[in-house]
Amino acid sequence: MRHIISLLMENEAGALSRVAGLFSARAYNIESLAVAPTEDPTLSRMTIVTSGSDAVIEQINKQLNKLIDVAAVMDLSEGEHLERELMLVKVRADAPARDEVKRITKTFQGRVIDESESTCTIELTDTCAKLDKFLETINRDSILETVRTGASGIGRGERILKL
Amino acid sequence: MELTGAEIAIRCLQKEGVEYIFGYPGGAVLHLYDALFQQKKIKHILVRHEQAAVHAADGYARSSEKVGVAMVTSGPGLTNAVTGIATAYMDSIPMVVISGQVPSYAIGEDAFQEVDAVGITRPCVKHNYLIKDVKDIAPTIKKAFYLARSGRPGPVLVDIPKDISNQKAEFVYPASVSIRSYNPVGKGDSAQIKRAAQMLLEARRPMVYSGGGVVLAGASAQLTELVRLLGIPCTNTLMGLGAYPANDRQFVGMPGMHGTYEACMAMQHCDVLLAVGARFDDRVIGNVEHFAQMPRKIIHIDIDPSSIAKRVKVDVPVVGDLKLVLDQLLSELRSSRKKPDASDLAAWWKQVDEWRVKGGGLRYRNSTEIIKPQFVVEKLYEVTGGDAFVTSDVGQHQMWAAQYYKFNKPRRWINSGGLGTMGFGLPAAMGVQLSNPGATVACVTGEGSIQMNIQELSTCKQFHLPVKVVLLNNRYLGMVRQWQEFFHGNRYSESYMDALPDFVKLAEAYGHVGMRIDKPADVEPALKEAFARKSDLVFMDFRTDPTENVFPMVPGGKGLSEVILAEDL
Ligand SMILES: Cc1cc2nc3c(=O)[nH]c(=O)nc-3n(C[C@H](O)[C@H](O)[C@H](O)COP(=O)(O)OP(=O)(O)OC[C@H]3O[C@@H](n4cnc5c(N)ncnc54)[C@H](O)[C@@H]3O)c2cc1C
Ligand SMILES: Cc1ncc(C[n+]2csc(CCOP(=O)(O)OP(=O)(O)O)c2C)c(N)n1
Ligand SMILES: [Mg+2]
Repeated sequence: MRHIISLLMENEAGALSRVAGLFSARAYNIESLAVAPTEDPTLSRMTIVTSGSDAVIEQINKQLNKLIDVAAVMDLSEGEHLERELMLVKVRADAPARDEVKRITKTFQGRVIDESESTCTIELTDTCAKLDKFLETINRDSILETVRTGASGIGRGERILKL
Repeated sequence: MELTGAEIAIRCLQKEGVEYIFGYPGGAVLHLYDALFQQKKIKHILVRHEQAAVHAADGYARSSEKVGVAMVTSGPGLTNAVTGIATAYMDSIPMVVISGQVPSYAIGEDAFQEVDAVGITRPCVKHNYLIKDVKDIAPTIKKAFYLARSGRPGPVLVDIPKDISNQKAEFVYPASVSIRSYNPVGKGDSAQIKRAAQMLLEARRPMVYSGGGVVLAGASAQLTELVRLLGIPCTNTLMGLGAYPANDRQFVGMPGMHGTYEACMAMQHCDVLLAVGARFDDRVIGNVEHFAQMPRKIIHIDIDPSSIAKRVKVDVPVVGDLKLVLDQLLSELRSSRKKPDASDLAAWWKQVDEWRVKGGGLRYRNSTEIIKPQFVVEKLYEVTGGDAFVTSDVGQHQMWAAQYYKFNKPRRWINSGGLGTMGFGLPAAMGVQLSNPGATVACVTGEGSIQMNIQELSTCKQFHLPVKVVLLNNRYLGMVRQWQEFFHGNRYSESYMDALPDFVKLAEAYGHVGMRIDKPADVEPALKEAFARKSDLVFMDFRTDPTENVFPMVPGGKGLSEVILAEDL
């Protein structure tokens, strides 16, 4: 099953490689990993999207907790949560095709953030599934570049991960 | 007063009560060695290879309740130390390793003797640090010791760039330490412990499976009390030997690949298994599916949540320090009105005793012609009154030592279980001897293993370490040969040790006493003579039967009840 795990860790050089190293050393899946400092600059918040059996997910949570630099871990998928991913897509779109691209972008509530004679760059923020859907909807052959950040997640309402 | 980084580091070690540093100098640690030179409190043991420094610090820690300390230079010094660090990590040994690093301004430039020490050791340390500011040295070393010895113990590396060890700062050693992202547990959850007690009291065929965690926690007295109170069988893993006295009737021997028949069968057929500080290693439970087939309930007490439910399903998980949790469990059991059913227990013991008979105990066919390795260990046990510290290397000799030396106290059996590092035995024995001056220390080894760190005979000479080396010389990488005999059609690919040195001459060349023993009748006299030489290192080269195999044996991937006994072949 797909799980989305959030964690708070010391914002120190090397902390990220401890997490990444854990996943590769123990052969856990890692679909995406997003990380940046929080409002408290000594802490970083990381969102990891992974998948595995219940037993594997339990081990992943425990092993993450065991890392000395990791201060708190929450498996967001165990409760109500939101997730968003940012995607930038550059497509080949000359004048006739451009309207179609813009129309699709609008229905997906994206924005065109750059245009040139022959290209058009779209910004889209949504769930991972929605972003996948967008890519399926537009003309595959027109895609020049896709840049995705990986999911960021947060609990709903009073579900808070804080020290 | 302002001190240099190097002086600060050494002062920190003094504050931690460090008696010995096992190490080897080099460019990046010159300031540290200079600071060491100018003080008297800490003694430095100059090894002949950095791997040995770490094993010696490890042996020092295992045979005491202290943290071992090693110091190595950057680059090759550090990479040589990695095997030792990984060995300590796998067996959860408290240790602090100080490594030198190239100057901070040169990091990343492929400087002379630069390696990414933090990167290389990351997967085999509990934690590591690269010092970036001289002011961080004291707080970091404080944290390193705290991390190494608290919670699930383990090695911690502190990498100090050369320039920083020469910068100055005010020396203040922090009085206390806390790390917000690290909170090791103490007591266990009382509701879970109540459940565990109930389950044990209601069990019909209960059993205790205890491991290295009991030794590490210093909880062997509580374990013994618990097993006696319940009156049930107890098995100790290879890492747990001595935590419950081997001479006791309730001890059924070691479980697992080379465990006793009765321990394996009882593990497999019990209805409640109490696992304490043991991690269901593949060498212990064999095939997981086979193990899981039996409908037993498992209570698992461990300080590390990730040890619990890692390989097997657990019914009652208890996270906590055994030293406290076992007391909790004991008082829960004592205050319960329920008592174990005497007739169930009698029937269970009858079954266990039948397995004891069927398994025939640990046995081998002795000979008057050729020395059997098991015989040497039996005699070693007798001659040392069962009270020696025994270190070992890895292979058949390790298993025979574990089987035939009856350990009745914890911290007496010192071996590399998790990583299985050949070359561990002799350097570990040095650390054991230093933390237990005057004690009898034997190193049971093989001719393959001993050659992996034989240079340490020189260290033993320099520091007057009267270790007794018991070489079970079968002229084979015996454990490899055994697998090739059983599973690879007797094709002994590269498992023959050719061109062996004359170990007697070799020992003598290092300034020690050497003995060669070829006949069974000479085994006991030789051991007696050797152990009587209290202040000498005696190297005993026992020429043993090259074809002897370790039994019982649960072949890799098989279930515990598929054990091969000595007569099965
Ligand atoms: C050639 C060879 C053959 C082997 N054959 C066998 C065999 O037949 N049988 C066998 O048993 N082993 C065998 N081993 C050893 C095996 O590989 C493992 O090292 C060993 O079984 C692990 O022991 P353990 O389960 O006691 O765990 P350890 O590695 O000792 O782990 C200790 C556990 O205790 C926990 N702990 C630590 N401190 C505390 C505390 N204060 N409170 C609570 N919990 C704590 C830790 O978190 C950990 O989970 C063999 C090794 C070799 C090299
Ligand atoms: C460093 C290292 N290399 C290889 C091995 C694999 N190995 C395990 S036991 C063994 C044979 C050990 O031979 P010896 O020391 O003579 O002991 P014996 O089995 O003959 O008693 C080998 C090669 C190991 N455990 N460690
Ligand atoms: Mg051998």
